[in-house]
Amino acid sequence: MTHSYIHIAVKRFLQKLGNNFIDQIWRLGAGARLFALMLISSGESFRRFRLVVREVYFTGVLSLVIISVSAFFVGMVLALQGYNTLQKYGSSEAIGVLVALSLVRELGPVVTALLFAGRAGTAITAEIGLMKATEQLSAMEMMAVSPVSRVIAPRFWAGVIALPILAALFSMIGILGGYLVAVPLIGVDAGAFWSQMQANVDWRFDIVNGVIKSIVFGVACTMIALFEGYDAPPTAEGVSRATTRTVVTSSLVVLALDFALTSFMII
Amino acid sequence: MERTTIDLWVGIFVALGIAALLGLAMKVGNLTTNTIGATYTVEAAFENIGGLKSRAPVKSAGVVVGRVGDIRFDASTYEAIVSINIDRQFSFPADTFANIYTAGLLGEQYIGLEAGGDEIALKEGDKIMQTQDAVVLEKMISQFLYNKASEPESAAKTPTHDDSVKTDDDALTANAL
Amino acid sequence: MTQNIVEIDNLSFGYKNRTLHKGISMSFPRGKVVAIMGGSGSGKTTLLRLIGGQFKPSSGEVRVDGKVVHKQSREGLYQLRRKMGMLFQQGALFTDLSVYDNVAFPMRELTDLPEIMIKDLVLMKLNAVGLRGASQLMPTELSGGMGRRVALARAIALDPDIMMYDEPFAGLDPISMAVICDLIRTLNDALGTTSIVVTHDVEETFSFADYIYFVADGVVAAEGTPDDLRQSTMPFIHQFVHGEKDGPVPFHYAAVDYKQDLLG
Repeated sequence: MTHSYIHIAVKRFLQKLGNNFIDQIWRLGAGARLFALMLISSGESFRRFRLVVREVYFTGVLSLVIISVSAFFVGMVLALQGYNTLQKYGSSEAIGVLVALSLVRELGPVVTALLFAGRAGTAITAEIGLMKATEQLSAMEMMAVSPVSRVIAPRFWAGVIALPILAALFSMIGILGGYLVAVPLIGVDAGAFWSQMQANVDWRFDIVNGVIKSIVFGVACTMIALFEGYDAPPTAEGVSRATTRTVVTSSLVVLALDFALTSFMII
Repeated sequence: MERTTIDLWVGIFVALGIAALLGLAMKVGNLTTNTIGATYTVEAAFENIGGLKSRAPVKSAGVVVGRVGDIRFDASTYEAIVSINIDRQFSFPADTFANIYTAGLLGEQYIGLEAGGDEIALKEGDKIMQTQDAVVLEKMISQFLYNKASEPESAAKTPTHDDSVKTDDDALTANAL
Repeated sequence: MTQNIVEIDNLSFGYKNRTLHKGISMSFPRGKVVAIMGGSGSGKTTLLRLIGGQFKPSSGEVRVDGKVVHKQSREGLYQLRRKMGMLFQQGALFTDLSVYDNVAFPMRELTDLPEIMIKDLVLMKLNAVGLRGASQLMPTELSGGMGRRVALARAIALDPDIMMYDEPFAGLDPISMAVICDLIRTLNDALGTTSIVVTHDVEETFSFADYIYFVADGVVAAEGTPDDLRQSTMPFIHQFVHGEKDGPVPFHYAAVDYKQDLLG
C-alpha cells in the first residue's frame, strides 16, 4: 500500500519537474522568437524616434532618483569600508582607486541593472500585462497596427539607451560619494585620491568595458520585462506573478551575464 | 514638431549621461593623462619574464613611454618574446637595455628601458638585444640558502661570535631582497 | 463584388482540449446588421476573432471580401483588417492616451494625413457619438457607457466596411444601452457598413438587427429575421427569447445524479 503511494508521489514529482523544465524551455524559445520579431519590427521605432524618447522618459528619467541616491550611498560605504582595510596596510590614498574600480567595473553596471529591473522592468511588465488583459494589444492588432513594432520595440530601445546612461551616472555619483567620505570626512589627500585613481583606471579596459556590460544588461533586463508582460496570462494574478518573475529572472540573468562578461574581459 | 516637457527631461537625462561619461573619462580614467597615441613596436626576448602581463607599463627614467603588447613563447629558443609598444614621440637608441622590474616589493611588474649610446634609433619591428630577466623571489631565496649551506664551518668555528653572524645574515637577507 | 462581404464556411475551431465550433456556416450581406446570439461560453467572441484573423480555424474557412482570412500573409491580413473595425467588450481604450489621441491613433498610425485634418476627423467622429466635449479626458475618467462610445468612435475612425461589436451592451445601464443600440443602427445606415453584433441581450438585438444567428453547442441552432424568430416554436429559441432558466439549455452543468452525489 505505502509503497505504491510513494511510487505515485515520486512519479508526480518527476512529472511536475519535467513539465516545469519543458515549460521553461518553451518560454525561452518564445522569448527568443519575440526578440527576433522585435528586431525585425524595429524600423518604425527609428523612423518615429519620438516613440522611443517617450519611453526613455518612463524607464530612464523616472529611475534617476533611485539610481542617484543608491549610488551616493554605495560610494560612501565603499570609501568607509575601503579606508578601514587599506589603512592597515598604510595605503589609504589608494582608496580612490578602490572606489572607482569597484564602481566602474562592477557595481555601476550590476547594481544599476538590478535597480532598473526593480524600478523600470516591473513597470514595463505590469503595463504590457495590463494592456494585454484589457485587450488593448488585441485592439491594436485588429486596427492593423503591430503591437510588437508599436509597443514592444520602442520600449526595448529605450531600455537599451537608458541603462548605460544610468550606469554611467551611478559610477560618477558613487565616486563623488566616495570622495565626500574619503577627503573631507576622513582626511585623505584630495590630490592623491584623484591622481591614484587616474593612474590606475584605464579608459579602454575599465570604463569602456563597464559601458559594454551595461548595454548587455540593458538588452537582457528590458527584453525579460517585455517578454514577461507579453506572455502574462490576462488576469490580475497572472500580471502580478509576471512582475515578480521579471525581478527574479532579471537579477539572476544579470549576475550570470556579469560573470560571463567579466571572464571574457579579464583574459 | 511640437515640443513637450518629456522631450526636455529626456534631453537633460541624455546630457547628464554624456557628462557622466566625460567625467569618467577625464577625471577618473586615464584618457587624458596616460593614453598613448600612435606607437611603434619592438620586440625583446627574455629567459624569464616572471609575472609580466600584457598592458603592463613600459617606463624609462620612471616615466611611462609605452605598454607591453602581446607575450608569446618561442619554442626554438625557449625564450619569451615580448612585444613592446612605444609612443612615437620617443625614440630610443638601438642598443637600449630592457629590464623587467617590480614596482615595490610585491607590486606589478613593468619593463624599464635604459637608453644606450648608439646613433641609430630603434624602429618598428626591431629587436632589443640586451635584456635582463625578471627577479624571481623564490630563486633568490633558494640561492641564498644554498650559499649559506655551503659555508657551515665558518659558523661552527666561531660560536662565540654568534651575534656578528646573526647581523651578517640579516644584512645578506636585506641584500638579497 | 460578392453580395456577402463576410462568409463563414463550415468552420470548426477548438482550443487545446475543447472544441468550440463544429462546422458553422454563416453569411453577412453588405449593409446589413447581423447579430450572433448564444449563451455565455458558446464561442461567439471567438467567431469575431476568427473573422479578424487572430485565430486560425482547425477546418473550414472565413472569407472576407472573397479572401480566405487564415491563408493571408501578415501583410495581406493587415490589409484586410484595415477594412474592419472592432468594438471590444471592455472598450480596450489605450489608457495612456487621452480620448482625443485614442480616436486619432488609427489615423496617425495608418495614414499620412496632416495633423490639422486628423483634428477635424477626430472631432467629427467624437461628435457622432456625442462626446466631442470629452476629448481631453483620460479613459480612466470616463463611465463605462462613455468609454464604449469613445471606443466606437475609434473603431469607425477610418470608416471601415465591416464593424464588429463584441457584447456592446454588457454591463451598461438602460440609458447607455439605448444610446449604443441607436448608434449601431445609425452608423450602419449612415456609413453603409456591414455590422456584426455579438450579444445575448434579446430585446435590444431584436429591435435593430436585420438577421439573427443563434449559436449553441458549436453549431448554428437557428437563424432568421427577428420576426421569424419571435414566431419560432423551437424549444431552444423559445427558452432564449423568453429568458426561461430551464429548458433545452439546462440550468445544471452536466453532473452525476444529485442524490448519488450527496449520499456519496
